[in-house]
Amino acid sequence: MVTVLDRDSQLRRRAWDAAAGVVDPEIPVLTIGDLGVLRDVVLDGDHVEVAITPTYSGCPAMNMIALEIEVALERAGFHRPKVRTVLSPAWTTDWMSEEGRRKLRAYGIAPPQASNSRRALFGEQAVTCPQCGSENTELLSEFGSTSCKALWRCKACREPFDYFKCH
Amino acid sequence: MPVANIQVSETLLVLYALRRADDALILGHRLSEWCGHAPMLEEDMALSNIALDLIGQARELYTYAAKAEGKDNDEDKLAYLRDVRQYRNLLLVEQPNGDFAQTLVRQFFYSAFADLYWRAMMTSRDTTLAAIAAKSEKESAYHLRHASEWIIRLGDGTDESHARAQAAIDHLWAFTGEMFAVDEGERALIHAGIAIDPATLRGRWLTTLSDVVGEAALVLPQNDWMQQGGRAGRHSEHLGHLLSELQSMQRTFPGQTW
Repeated sequence: MVTVLDRDSQLRRRAWDAAAGVVDPEIPVLTIGDLGVLRDVVLDGDHVEVAITPTYSGCPAMNMIALEIEVALERAGFHRPKVRTVLSPAWTTDWMSEEGRRKLRAYGIAPPQASNSRRALFGEQAVTCPQCGSENTELLSEFGSTSCKALWRCKACREPFDYFKCH
Repeated sequence: MPVANIQVSETLLVLYALRRADDALILGHRLSEWCGHAPMLEEDMALSNIALDLIGQARELYTYAAKAEGKDNDEDKLAYLRDVRQYRNLLLVEQPNGDFAQTLVRQFFYSAFADLYWRAMMTSRDTTLAAIAAKSEKESAYHLRHASEWIIRLGDGTDESHARAQAAIDHLWAFTGEMFAVDEGERALIHAGIAIDPATLRGRWLTTLSDVVGEAALVLPQNDWMQQGGRAGRHSEHLGHLLSELQSMQRTFPGQTW
């Protein structure tokens, strides 16, 4: 009995790791594990079903991510894996790992701040420049190159940069 | 070969989801018409981003409507194979883009409502609608902030931008009443705890509008006569033209996929 349980938990671990390692096609330094998009891995015999949660309703990366997960699981030896989308609880940037935030900064994207700042209709946000660390920055546009980013500029080093919006 | 319209068995829940899905799709499509035409690059990206959010919300709602109906329909058929009279969106969202001020005033009126509406719908007893609401309210908060900033910039800008923003407010005002109206079927869903009563949101909606419009040195119209009909499938002439573009691919090449 113990060995069966061990085998199952090892298999599940392997499936989880394979799925969690899939990278976001728009921000290739982040894995879906870092993003908090991977919600659950369910094992039924050798069959595996993965639950993911969408980031933004219309984010086109989600279809790509689901496909990549299937490929990664096939490669890890799981046949015909299924990817299910769960809407609830809704994804929030609070689920992004510390490691993910560090990687984002190193990549040149300012990581998201606490989600309560979102509600302030005209609230002042202080976003730190990922290049030089200055807080002397300004918002250029609320909407950036992907659904999850806003466009900012650093007034100290003059570099424009992406900010991963809190959500 | 013309492609026949699908038939939809509109139970109360199917109709409720369809109406919200149609709002999101039609407004998202309108905004996407700005792609490549906005007055500046940042705004081009912003309007396209908002369009993407709205079309994403529409997809979730259509998928749910199809599931609730339990027939052969899916999100694509609901979007591409219904004709004008089968669409149930608000008249507000189908109004043409007009100038930039008209697009932003339309967005402001809708987003100020959607933000309150989705937040309230998070308490729906219908777990799918509550889940869609939890996602949508986060997005609508950004949409509202974006539109509000533009209303202030336009109203408090030049004489020209002020005049255009005021003209847009005066023109679109009569389409706002429909957001707060409910019919008997929706009344039943409200009693069942599945829907919320939008009339309860009107006070806060007006407060948001007054705050922003006041700061923009603009004024809200005093007249309270409201045009309705979209929820029952009676649309302005603009929706048919919009659908002819939105649906042309599926009508020409039925079942075509990417």
